[in-house]
Amino acid sequence: MKLLLKPISYIGLLLTLIPSFLVFTGNISLDSCKMLMLIGTIVWFVSAPSWMNKAEE
Amino acid sequence: MLKEKLLLQLNSVEEYERTPIPENKLKGWKSFIGMYAGEHTAGTEFVIGPLFVAHGVSASDLLLGLFFGNVLAVLSWAFLTGPIAVNKRITLYYLLEKISGSKVTVVYNFVNALMFCFLAGSMIAVSATAVGIPFDMAMPSLNDWFPSTIGWIVVVIAVGVLTTTVAMFGYTQISKFANVAAPWMIMVFIAAALSVLPDLGVHSISDFWSKANDTIWTGIPLEGQSQFTFWHVLFFAWFVNMAMHIGMADLSILRYAKKWYYGFSSATGMYLGHYIAWVASGILYSLFLLESSYSTQFAPGPVAYRAAGLAGAICVVIAGWTTANPTIYRAGLALQAIRPKWKTWKVTAIVGVITTSAALFPALVMKLLEFVALYGLMLMPMGAVIMMDVYVLPKLNLQSNFAEFFNRKFNPSAAISWLLTLLSAIFFNVYFGIEVFFLGLPGWFIASLVYIISSKVVQQKVGKPMESIA
Repeated sequence: MKLLLKPISYIGLLLTLIPSFLVFTGNISLDSCKMLMLIGTIVWFVSAPSWMNKAEE
Repeated sequence: MLKEKLLLQLNSVEEYERTPIPENKLKGWKSFIGMYAGEHTAGTEFVIGPLFVAHGVSASDLLLGLFFGNVLAVLSWAFLTGPIAVNKRITLYYLLEKISGSKVTVVYNFVNALMFCFLAGSMIAVSATAVGIPFDMAMPSLNDWFPSTIGWIVVVIAVGVLTTTVAMFGYTQISKFANVAAPWMIMVFIAAALSVLPDLGVHSISDFWSKANDTIWTGIPLEGQSQFTFWHVLFFAWFVNMAMHIGMADLSILRYAKKWYYGFSSATGMYLGHYIAWVASGILYSLFLLESSYSTQFAPGPVAYRAAGLAGAICVVIAGWTTANPTIYRAGLALQAIRPKWKTWKVTAIVGVITTSAALFPALVMKLLEFVALYGLMLMPMGAVIMMDVYVLPKLNLQSNFAEFFNRKFNPSAAISWLLTLLSAIFFNVYFGIEVFFLGLPGWFIASLVYIISSKVVQQKVGKPMESIA
């Protein structure tokens, strides 16, 4: 499970960023982008704290 | 039971205010990279980028000015603050007490804490503009100085209480939160700007430069705003954190660094944060101006919400939070230096009350550029004093740490340096019309020179045991 957390976090981060490129290229609407960014945000904040601060300690 | 547990946890917060950081408490690169990236991808970025647009900066002046200004800021952290922080491993306030004595330090710490409170207050205000969105809160405008609605007061107080509570648990908690939030915030800044580019008429990369010049950074200031040039941007980018690097406030943070060159980690804050975030927030604001027919409303929350939805609004809240938290922490350290016996968390709570009260006034946000420049200028002279005391006085056969060595509570050299620097800054501003953004550089040289000369005079009068100089 711990091994999976890191890739899941990065997917969350990518979900926050990539949709904006798709809006810029006209492939998705701004509303879809906002929804995907929110999902990415939730994924990041749920998964990242468990490995980011542990790595530092 | 819960109360006792919380009190135990609060009382166990040990921040080494008057002792060097022990070896086992030193922090690695990641802590500073996260801290700087988080702190400088912040609520202020949602204000500074738009204010550059309002001040009519041209696209090329902005991009070049930010590049060179941020290089100078990183070099200041790396070569001025870092080496002294690692060498001394004590807070700015304690070092200052050794040099200038408790009387000067008390005044300095009070001014410092007050400035930090105002800065943190502006961040709480920025967060409040996002928190207020679901409550349909009336947003402040560029010309507002005082709170105008009950909704604003309630939201600001709620954000202030929450921010203060987190800060009361110490640097470690702040650092952990900033670490997690920083990469995500940068993504949101980039994504928000990118997703509104089509609405500004940018449909391909080749469109960007012409629209950047014609629509975003037009080079024409809004009514009532002064004209900014390349030099304004460069000096602002360099001196926006002058109190922290040249002014040495970040001794309190970098004293945890294993190596002096961890000061370079400030580059994450300067380039991912200040550079990208200021450009991005400028883009968002220019769209708001276009869509609102150049409304004077100035509220980062709704602007980010328009571009990135709920993620954008959350970003404004967290960005404000990750700046307000370490700033409240720093203000707490400054006050604790005046009253060392007070518990860290109690001091932080007092600071939180002052900060939240300041946050109620929207003027803090609207005049943020002038305020941060002034705040850096006011605290910078003591950074010059520390630099001269550590590096130059021993070479001139003069005694460093005057107050500690001679067991004095007042070092006149430090007080004169501070006072004369600020008086000359007022003189240059009033009689020559030099704007506050440009006063920091000559001010540093004045402070350094006055400190060296006055130390020579004062130490000759005091009389120095020669054996101590070796």
